[in-house]
Amino acid sequence: MLILTCPCCGVTAEETEFAAGGEAHVKRFGPGASDEEFRDYIFARENPKGVHFERWRHANGCGKWFHAARCTITLEVFGTYSAQTTTPPKAICAAITAKRPGWTWRDFA
Amino acid sequence: MPEPMNAPISAPISALPGARFDGLAHIEEAGLQGMITLRGDLASKPVKAAVTAATGAKLPALRQGTQGKSGMALWMSPDELLLLCPYGEVGAVLDKVNAALGDAPALAVNVSDARALFSVSGLGAREVLGKLCPVDLSPEAFTPGMIRRTRMAQIAAAFWMEPDQSFRVICFRSVAAYAFDLLKDAARPGASVGVY
Ligand SMILES: [Zn+2]
Repeated sequence: MLILTCPCCGVTAEETEFAAGGEAHVKRFGPGASDEEFRDYIFARENPKGVHFERWRHANGCGKWFHAARCTITLEVFGTYSAQTTTPPKAICAAITAKRPGWTWRDFA
Repeated sequence: MPEPMNAPISAPISALPGARFDGLAHIEEAGLQGMITLRGDLASKPVKAAVTAATGAKLPALRQGTQGKSGMALWMSPDELLLLCPYGEVGAVLDKVNAALGDAPALAVNVSDARALFSVSGLGAREVLGKLCPVDLSPEAFTPGMIRRTRMAQIAAAFWMEPDQSFRVICFRSVAAYAFDLLKDAARPGASVGVY
């Protein structure tokens, strides 16, 4: 079971207080996107074994969306951070590197 | 408890009037309670003024409630408060809130009839809620004045702790009977776990 800390209200609880919102940092291409770009936006996901970035909502709490970086093998949570960003903050990447040296995820490392 | 057939349609009635249970804790439906949801920038002057106008209380800090002369203010989310006042005064209090808000981008709504309120008191109160919610309810972790929005079995709920260490639990009125049954079941005599 995942233990998440909501960065919006500071509550730490197990995952049943939250709702999973799928993969994080999915980029939607603008008007005039190619079929391939739109296909990838809709369907292409990482599905990694290891470091992963996801969107979560504190559904049974403050109601806010946020981001979480975690390991899909161990359920270890490296950190949670604001929903108002398109890239993981440096502190989150550093926390992952400390635990999983050499990790990569899409264009992030 | 069904509503009496001859009750005038205009008479306000709470979700489960008179519902109560005595077990590991004392559980009671707390009757009609005025509740106003206030959304806006909690750091802004108009919102602070609205809280004071409605309740006489200060703006509550993160996950805290504050008591004022005429009501209570409860922190619900980074941009939402719940204001408590007597049920019969909600209209007048809402007018005060809106006057204090002025043109500020904020919203105040009477949600009194959308909710049910319970009190859970007695020595087993922490344990009863602890069985139903993923919350650390030890005396070190949860203290009077705190409020927590969470999941109570299959429904969303919120509770806060009064100075006498009893809890007030709110949920949607449509699930009041389910909430009461949950609390009753968790407080059944002989079902003590003894963690708190
Ligand atoms: Zn939260």
